[in-house]
Amino acid sequence: MNPDNDAGHGRSGVSRRNFLGGGLVAAAVTPLLNATAEAEAAEAASATADGVAQVLVRAAVNGAPVTVLVDPRATLLDTLREKLDLKGTKKGCDRGQCGACTVHVDGRRVLSCLTLAASTTGHEVTTIEGLADGDRLHPMQQAFVEHDGLQCGFCTPGQIMSAVAMVDDEGPARSDDEIRERMSGNICRCSAYPRIVDAIRDAQKVMR
Amino acid sequence: MRPYTFAQARSVREALRGAGSDTAFLAGGTTLVDLMKLEVMTPERVVDINRLPLDGITLDRKGLHIGALERMSDVAADPAVRENYPMVAQALELSASAQLRNMASIGGNLLQRTRCGYFRDVSTPCNKREPGSGCSALEGVNRGHAVLGTSDDCIASHPSDLAVPLVALSTVVHLASARGTRSVPLDTFYTLPGSTPDVENVLRPNELITGITVPRSPWAAHSLYVKVRDRQSYEFALTSAAVALEVRGRTITNARVAAGGVGTRPWRLTAVERALTGRPATSATFEAAVVRAADGAQPREHNAFKPALLRRTLVRALTELQESR
Repeated sequence: MNPDNDAGHGRSGVSRRNFLGGGLVAAAVTPLLNATAEAEAAEAASATADGVAQVLVRAAVNGAPVTVLVDPRATLLDTLREKLDLKGTKKGCDRGQCGACTVHVDGRRVLSCLTLAASTTGHEVTTIEGLADGDRLHPMQQAFVEHDGLQCGFCTPGQIMSAVAMVDDEGPARSDDEIRERMSGNICRCSAYPRIVDAIRDAQKVMR
Repeated sequence: MRPYTFAQARSVREALRGAGSDTAFLAGGTTLVDLMKLEVMTPERVVDINRLPLDGITLDRKGLHIGALERMSDVAADPAVRENYPMVAQALELSASAQLRNMASIGGNLLQRTRCGYFRDVSTPCNKREPGSGCSALEGVNRGHAVLGTSDDCIASHPSDLAVPLVALSTVVHLASARGTRSVPLDTFYTLPGSTPDVENVLRPNELITGITVPRSPWAAHSLYVKVRDRQSYEFALTSAAVALEVRGRTITNARVAAGGVGTRPWRLTAVERALTGRPATSATFEAAVVRAADGAQPREHNAFKPALLRRTLVRALTELQESR
């Protein structure tokens, strides 16, 4: 990559990261409703989609309070992607078999494709968009970059979310075999497993 | 997914109000949401029971009490479970994936539906899903299917790992309905398919599992769960064995044995238990005791390996358990 171009992007303020960061803030704010809008939403809850009442969900997503009206059938995965515009969470199998949709609910790794959005009221949801500290990548993200722990990248957000909770919520793995066993719910169709294991082994050394 | 109404219940009483055959209770959702997407399950009402006070893992003189809403991962990590009922923790850790274990509840685990591909595919006949439509598995792809407890109408295997050590340990399931509570041994909680494979247990439509009690057993602390499958992790059992032995001197004084992956319900092997009891804990005893473990098995085209694999799985579990002393 031409370093001059990088500098140019930096000056114009439209580098990829800044652009995505700006989009994230907007995405987190858009679904928030003020008091009046919330009352309207509650009223809308009595309205029907396919003849059934929609459900008003109040949760925290990546640290920001979110109020959103959903169809009772909507999964957390579809709600994140389609209503909250958080498309980092990927839809792989949509059947709880691949792990691409892994997010954290109250700090624990779960599958957003098998979680009904309607059941998430009162809970804290963290997605891949909520991992970095501003411009500073989470150590797990950094390790995946440094070890090239991916090929096509589609499973990567799920791999990273799963690995972060594996270390933070459940405790570091003591061997590579243990990493493989504890990460077995995240399938990589490109089979980048050796480098995924390398990344997790390194990242867990620097994670608190 | 078919439309349904959604409600969150705050008490068992509230959850049971108006509950009937059109109602599905939502706990972890790992079976329910999956099968609603496939339109295998089509409830008109979904009642979220996650706020019900059905948690807690406690050990007392009577045994281990586990609330129905405890998650698989929490039960597997519990020190009292690991120390006193190791095969229960092992069965949980060998189930599904970390994400699914964080979601799935103990009550839901016991009620999970079979992985039979025809049950999950609404375009094929299945007596369990649509009574009277026929069984596609009898002459179909039946590698993962049951060989014990089958009928001419259904050969679907029971998928739970957890239920295998639980039936070996004479676990009791606690149920609540609007009319009161009752407790049922897990072994008789599950029914055989017979001519009504759509009925899998004695749970009534207006009833809820509130918890389980695993009786206190001295031999449970010396126990092992072995699971054999097509890949090393994140796969259902072809065969599995839950074994617990009490050995005094060299003699087996008590034995508990059950098998998974082979039956239409978790399969307690009391004949094997009897054949072990009173004999020396040697490989000759183990080999002799499992000879008739799969008696009555009705293998099909693709699962004819299961009786032999079951016997070997049992011997391996008994041998590894004895060597770990």
